[in-house]
Amino acid sequence: MGKYEIKGQGIAGTLESSDIQIIIDQNPGAGIEISLKSDVEKQYGRQIRATIEKTLKKMGITDAKLIVVDKGALDCTIVARTIAAVHRAAGITEKYDWEEIDSWNV
Amino acid sequence: MERLRRTMMFVPASNPGMLRDAILYGADSIMFDLEDSISLREKDTSRFLLYQALKTFDYSSTETVVRINSLDAGGVEDIHAMVRAGIDCIRLPKTTCAQDVLDAESVILEAEKKCGREVGSTKMLAAIEDPMGVLNALSIAQSSKRLIGIALGSEDYVTAMKTRRYSDRNSEEIFFARSMIVHAARAAGIAALDTVFSDVNDMETLRKETEFIKQLGFDGKSVINPRQIPVVNKVYTPTEKEISNALDVIHAIEEANRRGSGVIALNGKMIDKPIVERAERILALAKAAGIKIPEN
Repeated sequence: MGKYEIKGQGIAGTLESSDIQIIIDQNPGAGIEISLKSDVEKQYGRQIRATIEKTLKKMGITDAKLIVVDKGALDCTIVARTIAAVHRAAGITEKYDWEEIDSWNV
Repeated sequence: MERLRRTMMFVPASNPGMLRDAILYGADSIMFDLEDSISLREKDTSRFLLYQALKTFDYSSTETVVRINSLDAGGVEDIHAMVRAGIDCIRLPKTTCAQDVLDAESVILEAEKKCGREVGSTKMLAAIEDPMGVLNALSIAQSSKRLIGIALGSEDYVTAMKTRRYSDRNSEEIFFARSMIVHAARAAGIAALDTVFSDVNDMETLRKETEFIKQLGFDGKSVINPRQIPVVNKVYTPTEKEISNALDVIHAIEEANRRGSGVIALNGKMIDKPIVERAERILALAKAAGIKIPEN
């Protein structure tokens, strides 16, 4: 089990313009499943999913179910909300590993 | 060139749209907030959001400042994230004594070493928000080489003083605090920054208040809405007449130096060192505000 074990539901983000709300939960042995709702899904749906998947991969998460509502978020917001949701789902509330988080931006 | 700090705009770190647009409004400094404008349950998500924003957006030459939480309420995490993200300056909330600055500085030092950032490159700004802080203003201002300024936070201060803001009555309730802060800052050679004006629809009182704090000697003011920026910046931008007078002073002193004469007069008034210093400051402010100054 990796450092970021999804132990329960984690939510991050809002439904405000330019934001994205990400709800992440356990999905044992069933891979990454993303249910996405976005006003710009036709244009950017694939990119939003790819950004979330890439971030989850860097965090070592292979199984998770996500419900995502996008309100026109930029990539950096999608990444920030994904990282926050995973930390919450993993029950990590202090002593964040900023060195590792920093390495995901390279 | 002296850095202008006429306006420091508060931007809540919880709002992705505002983090993206913060550069657009012409504030001299952007002050991202992780403290009072962020609810307790969104401290973590806001920190992640601001971290990614700082790593992504180009805030150009605009100074980036972050108001962190107190060290015992998430401030240590804030510092580690923000130093690594490359923030220019960390604003400490509710500074009551020099030790508060030193405590935060040791965390900043640790964070700089951890991420390989040049030691000392993260600057600090101390917000003074209670009577003890006001009375300790000088020792706070002199406590660290990292300090670029001290700022008054008046809402907590007036509450602790058992009063409230009376912006319609010349803000006499904060006159002592303002005077202490501007004196301490000048004695320490750092910037003095004034508190916010919270009525975003009353531009006339904002202008008057800004003229008053400029008169006291403050470098600038915190703002909470982009619409307040041009009002404050305009008060702090030298007028054509001020620039022209300043140039006359500089030319007169240059001429006197060429002729080897000591005391000189301009339009019947004696020009001495403080007048030359003021003229130089007006020209520096004008240049920093983007006004073209003729060379000769």
